[in-house]
Amino acid sequence: MLEGILIGLQTALSVQNLAMVIGGCLIGTFIGMLPGLGPMSIIAIMIPIAISLGDPSAALILLAGVYYGAIFGGSTSSILLNAPGVAGTVASSFDGYPMAMQGKAGKALTIAAIASFAGGTVGAILLMIFAPMLSSVALLFHSAEYFGLMVVGLSAIAAFAGNGQVAKALLMTVLGLMMATVGLGSLFNMPRFTGGMMELQSGFGFVTLAMAMFALPEAIFLVLKPKNMGDSGGEIKDLRITRAEARAIAPVIGRQSVQGFFIGVLPGAGATIASFLGYAVERNIAPKHEQDEFGKGSIKGLAAPETANNAACTGSFVPLLTLGIPGSGTTAILLGALIALNVTPGPRLMIDEPQIFWAVIMSMFIGNFVLLILNLPLIPYIAKVLAIPRNYLIPFILFFTLMGAYIGQNNATELLLLVAFGVCGIALKFANFPLPPLLIGFILGGMMEDNFARSMQLYGGLSFIWERPMTLGLLIVAVLLVLLPGIRALRLRAKGV
Amino acid sequence: MALDRWIALVLLSTCLLYGYVAWFTMDANLAPFMQRKPVWPSSFPKILSILGTALSLVILLGLEKGEQVIGEIDHRRLTDYKLGQAVLMLALMVAYALCLRPLGFLGSTTAFLVAGSFILGERRWHVMIPVSLLTAGTIWYLVQEILGIFLRPLPFFLGN
Repeated sequence: MLEGILIGLQTALSVQNLAMVIGGCLIGTFIGMLPGLGPMSIIAIMIPIAISLGDPSAALILLAGVYYGAIFGGSTSSILLNAPGVAGTVASSFDGYPMAMQGKAGKALTIAAIASFAGGTVGAILLMIFAPMLSSVALLFHSAEYFGLMVVGLSAIAAFAGNGQVAKALLMTVLGLMMATVGLGSLFNMPRFTGGMMELQSGFGFVTLAMAMFALPEAIFLVLKPKNMGDSGGEIKDLRITRAEARAIAPVIGRQSVQGFFIGVLPGAGATIASFLGYAVERNIAPKHEQDEFGKGSIKGLAAPETANNAACTGSFVPLLTLGIPGSGTTAILLGALIALNVTPGPRLMIDEPQIFWAVIMSMFIGNFVLLILNLPLIPYIAKVLAIPRNYLIPFILFFTLMGAYIGQNNATELLLLVAFGVCGIALKFANFPLPPLLIGFILGGMMEDNFARSMQLYGGLSFIWERPMTLGLLIVAVLLVLLPGIRALRLRAKGV
Repeated sequence: MALDRWIALVLLSTCLLYGYVAWFTMDANLAPFMQRKPVWPSSFPKILSILGTALSLVILLGLEKGEQVIGEIDHRRLTDYKLGQAVLMLALMVAYALCLRPLGFLGSTTAFLVAGSFILGERRWHVMIPVSLLTAGTIWYLVQEILGIFLRPLPFFLGN
């Protein structure tokens, strides 16, 4: 391994590759901040440039840098504008945005930068150690287990719900799952719930729904209640985190680096599930008085998804580099780029082309370090976005919301859908229905149905539930997660609290 | 009846309609070979319709105990807030969606940003117009020239 590390360092530290990693991180951060342009779109756009380099190591290093930068940039727009451009950073807005609204935008961005750095770095160390081993573990997961894992992810949504809100959260999840069934399913290739409309054949756009449920209601609430704007007006008073805060988030970062990485290794899971599960786990294990702070600006609630999504991004490279199986849409695009460069990822990559394998891993360390040193000094300038007067900021947020939906689908009908969903989102927000579960259900819906259908076909019915112990175990965990808030409420009532 | 129960009623109707399509119409044209499979395109939606209906009923009938929480904005006192501005901003978004193709990106975007600021009370035209023009031009250049996504810059009667 030491030899491999040295080869990797030698390749990654060449002037050209250093320029690639720095350039990639910068491009990714700035474009990733624009709602609607997630890592997948940015990487897809960068592929022609990467291929034109001709060097597979340099190309993969550039694209990996863009990937990390985009995830960090997405967190920035989640925290400052409550406009997550990618699914993986939705959970960061739950506590990041309330922190920004409380005048702690600088602190929130610092925590995000440190948590991302730690998650990415620990993930890279784990990748180096476990890559060969973990690829065989990932192979043990079949569609039945993926289905079980997704049910666990959705049941963990009960964690987002406050007292008396569990049914609302679960209903929102089911609504999201229902919305995911609209259009041509990948498995059945048959239009469902389209009402004969051609525009609905490809289903609802993720970005449209994300914008409608988060950015649009938030902007309209800012119109309704002008004093709702951050107290700081974009003035970053304090970037520092106190020793007590550092002590509080350190164990969260430690736990989520490891958990996020292992979730990222599973094909199909990725940064989104990792960040939501990370948030749910940390909320559930936090003491009661800290649980109430989640969703209102908890530093743990921000550090958990930020660490987990970065660690998961690193983890998603395991099946790509060792098996040649892309674990997510983003790594699928990376796989396409590698094939275009005549590199075949798989078990022999480490043996045949060790310089590529190890250079990518080493570039992850460099990339995370570059992101930290670039982003920490830039935080006061990035957060100035909050200082823009309301009369200009709100039309700009609404414009970027519209652009995000338009760019995603290149279809003006999508803009009307955005407004329609946005009005629904506003009504749901008025009635205190939690909106994140709807989006989570929508994101996981397609994958969940595919895995459910595959399992049913393989086992000829529902017998996969009891015939596969791991699936059964996961489903039991899911049931417990749904029942947990009720049990907790009963115990509190018994104690007379 | 509280707003959340009204919304639960709407969602219950949605779930029933969704369920009706899944249970009674979706499988009508299913090919015979598909009918022999253990899973149909309607299988997953059928489960969802049952779950959705049950959860809507739980909220509608108030079966889950918990105190009523008023959200960030009290919807019962909407007139205390800037409701007119909010409605106008939503209408402006609809107008933008309808005008984007026929009027072109540059004109529609500039008009949207200027009108948006105006609705919110801004009257410094010497700032609003240049900022809006600059933004529209920059975004168009970035999206069309750098990212390669086609956006018709000018109105349809002026060509592409």
